[in-house]
Amino acid sequence: MAFASGACIMTIEMLGARILSPYFGGSLSVWGSIITIFMLALAMGYLFGGRLSTRNPNAVTFAMFYISAAVFSLPVIFLSDQIMEPIFMVMEDPRYGSLFAAIFLFFIPTTILGMISPYAVRLMVKSEEHSGHMAGLLYFVSTLGSAVGTLGTSFYFVLWWEVDQILWGTIAALALCGCMILVAHYAINPQSQKEQGRHAKNA
Amino acid sequence: MRRMPKLISCFLFVVSLQLATGLGAAEAIHEERSRYRDITVTQIGERRCLLFNVHRGDRNQTCVMVNDRDRLVFDYTKMSFAGLLLNPEPSRILVIGLGGGSIPLTFSDMFPTAQIDIVEIDDAVVRVAKEFFFFEETENMRVFVDDGRPFIKRAGIRGQTYDYIVLDAFSGDYIPEHMLTREFLEEVKSIMGPDSVLIANTFSTSRLYDHESVTYQRAFGEFFNFKLPTSGNRIIITQLEPLPPRGELVTRAADLAERMVKYDVPLNDYPRRLSTRVDWDMSRRELTDQYSPGNLLQEN
Repeated sequence: MAFASGACIMTIEMLGARILSPYFGGSLSVWGSIITIFMLALAMGYLFGGRLSTRNPNAVTFAMFYISAAVFSLPVIFLSDQIMEPIFMVMEDPRYGSLFAAIFLFFIPTTILGMISPYAVRLMVKSEEHSGHMAGLLYFVSTLGSAVGTLGTSFYFVLWWEVDQILWGTIAALALCGCMILVAHYAINPQSQKEQGRHAKNA
Repeated sequence: MRRMPKLISCFLFVVSLQLATGLGAAEAIHEERSRYRDITVTQIGERRCLLFNVHRGDRNQTCVMVNDRDRLVFDYTKMSFAGLLLNPEPSRILVIGLGGGSIPLTFSDMFPTAQIDIVEIDDAVVRVAKEFFFFEETENMRVFVDDGRPFIKRAGIRGQTYDYIVLDAFSGDYIPEHMLTREFLEEVKSIMGPDSVLIANTFSTSRLYDHESVTYQRAFGEFFNFKLPTSGNRIIITQLEPLPPRGELVTRAADLAERMVKYDVPLNDYPRRLSTRVDWDMSRRELTDQYSPGNLLQEN
């Protein structure tokens, strides 16, 4: 799952430059805008995800990260022209134009994707002494996913498919991850939901 | 460890080979690394050349004879003037990609009152063109440091038109993929009027040739495919109106040839080289903003 989220982040990032280029060109500053916004969004995601993990960490919330990231990626497909056109008209400087376009298109889904890693650490950690090991393993897997997403997109996906088709694939992968987490959660531990409900009532 | 000496000698051999083929006997008189590329200016005798990314084996971008500055050195530069056969008196000219500036300088010399706008993404190239290739901005000739696509999109929204457009942004080793697409060509069409002519310096080899030809054909219909046996470039020449008959091109060439002698452009030779024959694989996919892997297609 962490692998998939890492791969999806980088796939969207690599496509970002392609999505912005019709309006803001292919200059170095466009790449700079995209990377900046992705880094900022991930930073916010890590912060929020970590904070959320202190309050009743559970698999359902974890699954919702994937599903909502999928939902909030939809505007990249359906609204990109509507978002970029007014920015292009208002901002003559492609540096700031691309920066604002990247904020409106990518900030929310990337923030949500950034919440996954710290939250997953909390779910996986059973004891204090294993926490470092688990965090390391998780970052290993998700960053490996990022590497595969980057390479796959830039070497092959853009040669095989259209930008929107790749985005649909990413969205489907995220939604599928969310659903699999939910299914696994209820299949392996059908009682947990009831127990949780009972605990909530007792509390 | 035993393999190390072999590796080292191999490395040295490659380096010396690159130096020998890349620079030849030319003396590098200027080298700089810009945001986009390595820029080298060399000079052999009276011939001064601008090279991009010389260590990766790129060809010369522009050469100029310092003792005969009007003379154009490269075929593809000369070929860019074949559009005069379709529009012999342009008054608003747009050149995307400055290089050493020989195309705009020639236009400026031929049509002193024409408005010439040049778009170049790399300000270092502008500086080098001014310092080493005698390029100067004038009241009628301005350079905009910008990406070609947003520049054209904005010009279209403002309702500006140009009657001679040269797309020459594709000669480096990196292809700006967003300027190969159908959507881009539609934006180019929006800045063209009935008399406008579009000249695109494109690729004559690799799979990209087919994809690009299909894309231009979908956008413009029939176009002139202009190739010379001596040049690796292919120039696309087209306009919004149907293409003129060959007889008209021959007449125009005869009228203009005299003026082109000093630039060493053999205009009389060009009409018979302009072909409308389809010599590409028409089943190839059109390039769009959704699908434009130009750099990958060129390698394959």
